[in-house]
Amino acid sequence: MKVGYREVDIFSNTEIAKDIFELKVQIESNDSMGDPGQFYMLRSWDLDPLLSRPFSICNVEESVLTFLYKVVGRGTNYLSKLKPKDKLKVLGPLGNGFNLNVSGKVALISGGIGIAPMIYLAKKLNTGIDFYAGFTNEVYYMDYVRKYVAKIYITTEDGSTGQKGFITDIFRPEKYDVVFTCGPSPMMKKVVENCENKSSVFVSMESVMACGMGVCLGCSIKTKSGMKRVCKEGPVFKGEEVFFDD
Amino acid sequence: MIDTKVNIAGVEFKNPVIAASGTFGFGREFSEYFPISKLGGLSTKGLTLRQREGNKGVRIHETTGGIMNSIGLQNPGIDAFIEEELPFLNSQDTVIIANVSGNTIEEYVISVEKLNQTEIDMIELNISCPNVKEGGISFGTKAEIASNVVTQVRKVCQKSLIVKLSPSAENMVEMAESCVEAGADALSLVNTFPALAIDISKKKAIFDNITAGLSGPCIKPIALRMVYEVSKAVDVPIIGIGGIMDYRDVIEYIMAGAWAVQVGTANFINPNACAEIIEGIEEYLQKEGISTLEEIRGII
Ligand SMILES: Cc1cc2nc3c(=O)[nH]c(=O)nc-3n(C[C@H](O)[C@H](O)[C@H](O)COP(=O)(O)OP(=O)(O)OC[C@H]3O[C@@H](n4cnc5c(N)ncnc54)[C@H](O)[C@@H]3O)c2cc1C
Ligand SMILES: Cc1cc2nc3c(=O)[nH]c(=O)nc-3n(C[C@H](O)[C@H](O)[C@H](O)COP(=O)(O)O)c2cc1C
Ligand code: FES
Repeated sequence: MKVGYREVDIFSNTEIAKDIFELKVQIESNDSMGDPGQFYMLRSWDLDPLLSRPFSICNVEESVLTFLYKVVGRGTNYLSKLKPKDKLKVLGPLGNGFNLNVSGKVALISGGIGIAPMIYLAKKLNTGIDFYAGFTNEVYYMDYVRKYVAKIYITTEDGSTGQKGFITDIFRPEKYDVVFTCGPSPMMKKVVENCENKSSVFVSMESVMACGMGVCLGCSIKTKSGMKRVCKEGPVFKGEEVFFDD
Repeated sequence: MIDTKVNIAGVEFKNPVIAASGTFGFGREFSEYFPISKLGGLSTKGLTLRQREGNKGVRIHETTGGIMNSIGLQNPGIDAFIEEELPFLNSQDTVIIANVSGNTIEEYVISVEKLNQTEIDMIELNISCPNVKEGGISFGTKAEIASNVVTQVRKVCQKSLIVKLSPSAENMVEMAESCVEAGADALSLVNTFPALAIDISKKKAIFDNITAGLSGPCIKPIALRMVYEVSKAVDVPIIGIGGIMDYRDVIEYIMAGAWAVQVGTANFINPNACAEIIEGIEEYLQKEGISTLEEIRGII
């Protein structure tokens, strides 16, 4: 049997850029804490808000699980108030992550907070990959990522670091055999459009989730092979399978 | 000795806790968290004659104390359900209730005829769907329309028949009475409340269909009042539904007159919710020195 929600201890919860927090929790478990692209449902409150919130695995180090989140509303605002030794309830790991069995030249492309799953993915692949990261203005986590990748390309919308503009402006798809991407929908759409060999582009989709475990059908999206649950069949899909216009 | 068994329309439930339709899938996902044979029963995701993809746009929106949903009855269709999901459900030692929806009376009738041939224990008729012939008015709003669909289904239905009432019925008690008269063996109430949410920055409704169904703890006091009123008016067993989060809520429903309950939204925020509620009920009865649910049923 799988365990349901587990109560875990907060190890640290640090604001690393404006409204961007790195949350580390301690999990004692004999089972896998998850693979890149998988996620957890989190809640640090009782029944208000009612639903838990989904967050990607950003890193796993021994018994410490890291999440990276942006404060956007009530739930993430509550999370941002957590202090070391506070309790958090977690359900996971959930969903299907990225396929790590790839060969050829690999590019990872992230936009904004979509960088969260890409960090763990970069660490797991750890083989001469190129990392493309687009930010609005403040840049974070690049020093950590540098250890695991061949080359980093950065864009900021205000030009304060790296090139000014969007990450899709500087991404050269023809250089790569496999592409993984996570970020805002218009960004991922552009990445898929620009890649010639669409069957080797993988995207991590977002959808509003109630249960995170495949039963409410709230997160279902239309794909070329029928309706799929982002929380169960996803969140990672082949770029050629999904539609970005909904 | 504590005994939480209940018998509803000739079907025995080992306890009064049933997983609500649309919140428990077809049981597979939950069976990874607890043995679903612990459940009194399980009502399947709403089934329609043909497969449905469900609604476009946002499908879930959270509100204070509840959630709004516009899933649009995404389901594989009756035939695929019978072939792919039912064998697993039949292998579980719990009461299996097929929740059936339709756009027309003919669709309901054909679906029920197909289910007659299976080992399903009961059928739960969801009459909250729009009635194409009556210009989109829900079957569950007007007592005459509901009575018609229940009568037609009753003629063919060989299983025990639960009719699930919508809280948007013009008059709940009248609705309940006509469904019983038309042949319902039991009533379950309530389905979600039609509700509205607006995105003020986009200046449009959150949901493509404008309105969506509200569920969760915010609906409990209203649903409880409806169960209370209906249970006083009809003689068939009532299954109480709406906002049950823990065993205390279940005891309230039983005291208001329910024979059993269904747990919905709570399953989303804790996959073990039903299992914990079942344990909570037993502990409560033990502590209070109550040996059967009948002792407290309808005491209000
Ligand atoms: C599989 C998955 C993995 C995710 N991983 C991360 C992550 O690693 N880091 C991170 O910061 N965020 C991640 N998200 C998004 C995160 O879940 C939402 O930002 C969070 O639920 C917002 O909660 P809130 O209460 O603060 O905001 P709310 O008050 O609920 O909403 C505030 C705003 O955020 C939008 N929003 C709400 N829920 C979601 C959602 N589930 N997806 C997209 N937008 C939403 C709303 O439309 C609204 O505009 C992930 C989402 C999914 C589906
Ligand atoms: C996401 C979701 C899907 C639902 N789908 C169905 C359905 O297919 N058929 C049905 O009769 N009721 C459906 N319901 C209604 C529930 O079975 C239940 O009547 C309602 O949610 C109130 O109970 P609750 O407050 O415990 O959730 C659904 C509810 C939710 C939240
Ligand atoms: S979030 Fe409930 S099915 Fe995916």
